Amino acid sequence: MFEVPGLGDLNVAATLPVTLLAFGACLFLLVDLFIPKDRKYITAWLTAAGIGVSLVLSLLMLTGVITWGDGEEAFFGLFIADQFSQAVNVAALLTALLGVMVAYNYLDKIDRQRGEYYYLLLFTTLGVMFMGASGDLVTLFVSLELLSIPLYILSGFRWPHEESEESAMKYFILGAFASGFLVYGIALIYGATGTTSLTGIWEATADISSGETSTKFLLLIGAGMTLVGLGFKVAAVPFHMWTPDVYQGAPTSVVAYMSVAAKVGGFAALVRVFGAGISNFALDGDTTAAWQDTIWLIAAFTMILGNFVAIAQSELKRLFGYSSIAHAGYMLIAIAAAGSAGVTDEAARAVAIYLMAYAFTNVGVFAVIIALEKKDMSGTSIDNVKGLATSQPLLAAAMTLFMFSLTGIPLTAGFVGKWFVFKSAMSADLIPVAVIGVLTSLVSAFYYLRIVWYMYFEEGETETDLPRPLAWAITISAVGTLVLGVVPYLLSEMANEITLAFGG
Amino acid sequence: MATVVFMLPLVGMVLMLILARSDQQYRWWTLTTSIVTFAVSLLLVRGFDKTSAGLQMVDQFDWISGEGFSIQYYVGIDGISIWLVMLTTFIMPLAILSSFKAIQKRVKLYYMFMLLMEWAMLGVFVAQDLFLFYVFWEVTLVPMYFLIGIWGAEQRIYAAVKFFLYTMAGSLLMLLAILWLGNEAGTFAVPEILEQLKTGDLVFSTATGRWLFLAFGIAFAIKVPMWPLHSWLPDAHVQAPTAGSVILAGVLLKMGTYGFVRFNLPLFPAASETFAPYIAALAVIGIIYGAWVSYGQKDMKKLVAYSSISHLGFVMLGIFALNSSGIEGAVLQMVNHGISTGGLFLVVGVLYERRHTKLMAAFGGIWQAMPLYSGVALVIVLSSMGLPGLNGFVGEFTILLGAAGSDAISWWFTPLAALGVILAAVYMLYMFNTVFMGELDKEENKRLPDLDWRELYALVPILIMVLVIGLQAGYFFEFMDAKVGDLVRDISLAVAAGR
Repeated sequence: MFEVPGLGDLNVAATLPVTLLAFGACLFLLVDLFIPKDRKYITAWLTAAGIGVSLVLSLLMLTGVITWGDGEEAFFGLFIADQFSQAVNVAALLTALLGVMVAYNYLDKIDRQRGEYYYLLLFTTLGVMFMGASGDLVTLFVSLELLSIPLYILSGFRWPHEESEESAMKYFILGAFASGFLVYGIALIYGATGTTSLTGIWEATADISSGETSTKFLLLIGAGMTLVGLGFKVAAVPFHMWTPDVYQGAPTSVVAYMSVAAKVGGFAALVRVFGAGISNFALDGDTTAAWQDTIWLIAAFTMILGNFVAIAQSELKRLFGYSSIAHAGYMLIAIAAAGSAGVTDEAARAVAIYLMAYAFTNVGVFAVIIALEKKDMSGTSIDNVKGLATSQPLLAAAMTLFMFSLTGIPLTAGFVGKWFVFKSAMSADLIPVAVIGVLTSLVSAFYYLRIVWYMYFEEGETETDLPRPLAWAITISAVGTLVLGVVPYLLSEMANEITLAFGG
Repeated sequence: MATVVFMLPLVGMVLMLILARSDQQYRWWTLTTSIVTFAVSLLLVRGFDKTSAGLQMVDQFDWISGEGFSIQYYVGIDGISIWLVMLTTFIMPLAILSSFKAIQKRVKLYYMFMLLMEWAMLGVFVAQDLFLFYVFWEVTLVPMYFLIGIWGAEQRIYAAVKFFLYTMAGSLLMLLAILWLGNEAGTFAVPEILEQLKTGDLVFSTATGRWLFLAFGIAFAIKVPMWPLHSWLPDAHVQAPTAGSVILAGVLLKMGTYGFVRFNLPLFPAASETFAPYIAALAVIGIIYGAWVSYGQKDMKKLVAYSSISHLGFVMLGIFALNSSGIEGAVLQMVNHGISTGGLFLVVGVLYERRHTKLMAAFGGIWQAMPLYSGVALVIVLSSMGLPGLNGFVGEFTILLGAAGSDAISWWFTPLAALGVILAAVYMLYMFNTVFMGELDKEENKRLPDLDWRELYALVPILIMVLVIGLQAGYFFEFMDAKVGDLVRDISLAVAAGR
């Protein structure tokens, strides 16, 4: 019979930032029962503290100050604790921390101050972190569900408000559908390779590439299905339909969080599956992966559609919904680049850098929208930012910084992200998609600049509501956006250590 | 050393934001910062070694690096960039002084952007690493966007957005070219890339060289602006506040021509040779077109704006003559144009502040009302049209000399360009005639006050430089000789070797 593994073999120490938070989340779930309704700030504080501890641990592990555990594999290869996982952890935890900060007063404002919000947020964050660390397709699927289900609930958190309910319903049905695709994809990949372990898949694909046609097709369809499932999560065209509606209907604090977190998780999974697992899956002796063309085409369409449709939006939440679609396109460029032999690590680094930059910037954007939003969910039209520069100079300055960062103007984090993404495309000789990328950046400049001009060049009266935690969240986002832009060294040093645990 | 000069405006800006409290303090603080920057930049001229063709006063350290690439903080100046740095530090105090009265709303923000602008422009001229260069190149857009958009005239928003998008469109393709080049070379530092090209460690095909030339070239051509990519310029110049126009015409446009000299010629010599006739043709079209359209304007600011297209055509012609006198003349003409056209915008600004109109028809006989002002205006107008003895003449003459003796472009371009000199006289004198000469027949013009001390302080330095460069141009050429000689030799060697 088989031996029962001891606790020591699991290498728990390497997974500590994640496992600690998992215990914390379960604990808070119970503790919250005993916290009276009018004192939910205790739950918020506890959650923030839990995230903080985990964030500090992740940062220490990312910078190499502490190296716990024995190697990069934990739980027998189901969990990979390499540099990429740490980077994903930091991005996810940072988003979660900012997510709690922007949520607390907002929930009061919309009369939904409930403890569930905070631990659901923790569980999603855990899902993101597990996704980045998954070394096995099964882990990947379970963590995807852990990421998604709390998000469905959070989107509907404003019930019985119709829009919020619609948003949750739409997200749930389409999301469940996408999960189905993913499971089927995983099954087919298993069928082709005989294993669900990513290392195993990587080893098997080399043989498949030079083997029988039928197995190739099996793997190809499996990869395609997986792409559909993950593409839905990151809102890539043509699986983006849900994004604007969900963003508009869901409570803004949820959108602030999920617009980043879902992308962090989705892209981490894409890097793991495509960048590492089947990176060497080539057809007919090509030097590039079989899925590369598909992904860069999707990237091109995503950038084009996201940016062009965003121009026509006048509702800020919708506008940034489309903008987030567009940014998924930029990151997909790097994923496509990972399909060229020798570029995989560079591409994974680019994704990590972009995600970090995007986390600061995009949460900041939605935090500003929260400050503009009124109790009845109105106030988030683009006209509401008119004259913001005179009534709230610092808020307008922060928003300007975020807009320039999303456009990709230097001295902001967004530029550093784009620089590395386009650089990986150049390394992989994907020049056409890089050209589309820069041209659509130009298109995006138009609608981002329009917000700046409404704030600075037009006159208007705007009321804002800026409680302290929200102000702090905006400050942190703005400082992060600026510092990472002025000192790109921080990002590049973090990324330089990233090598996918296998593949390459 | 170069770092000190270009960081001063930023330091001044931060201190201003922290320390200054009232509008008056913002103004004086900014002015002081820009004057100090100018004074310190004079040290660059003093410490400059004219015999050296290489970079001087270099500051360099590793900034960002990773597997297979390195980005450095690498700044320095050489015989070409020194005069553009000087031009920037010279123009800025004048631009700032000229806005003391004109800018009355959101004063703090205005001066913040002015100093940010100076910082970014100086950064462009001293950066020797492609990443660093691109950073500053793009950052210059941001303060100018706000300067036009907040303090501009009626159509300011349209002009600001057009300016931003138009220039960004060009630079994005340059970004890709930079990335490609840096990936191949493993470094983004220009001197190191050039070294690799010379030793043959970095080779690219003729076709690739041409693509890269175009990717860089379009970004620069939009900035210059070369015909037919000029349509952002009249809008931006006309709508910008006076100081904004001065900076745009005085310095910002030079970033384009400077880019050609700094990057296109040395990095892609073979492609430069190939494209030289086409660019020269566009330059000549620009010279004549700009002059022609200038003549048709009713608005003084528009007239000056279109004249820039014409003048910058000369600069482009000089650069793509690909010989010493062409390039040296072009670099000097960049400085000349900055001074004269900057001066012209200041002159127009003086009238605009008094009458709030820039239409020539609203004036006439101004000489009788404002004699001192009109005298100053006359010298600047003459300098702009290239009267011998003043600065414009030296530059244009050297350029034409270079173009006539060039192997790269046909001699045909020279007489056509010379036609532009005549046309310049036509539109400039037409403007002078309508505005300053004739009868003082408009009632509201009769009581216009002449220049006050502040305006005089902004204009007199320009007069001085007009004369100094006009009479002592040799001093300025001396600084460039070594560098330009080296550049021209490298180009011909490279072309001979077929790269």
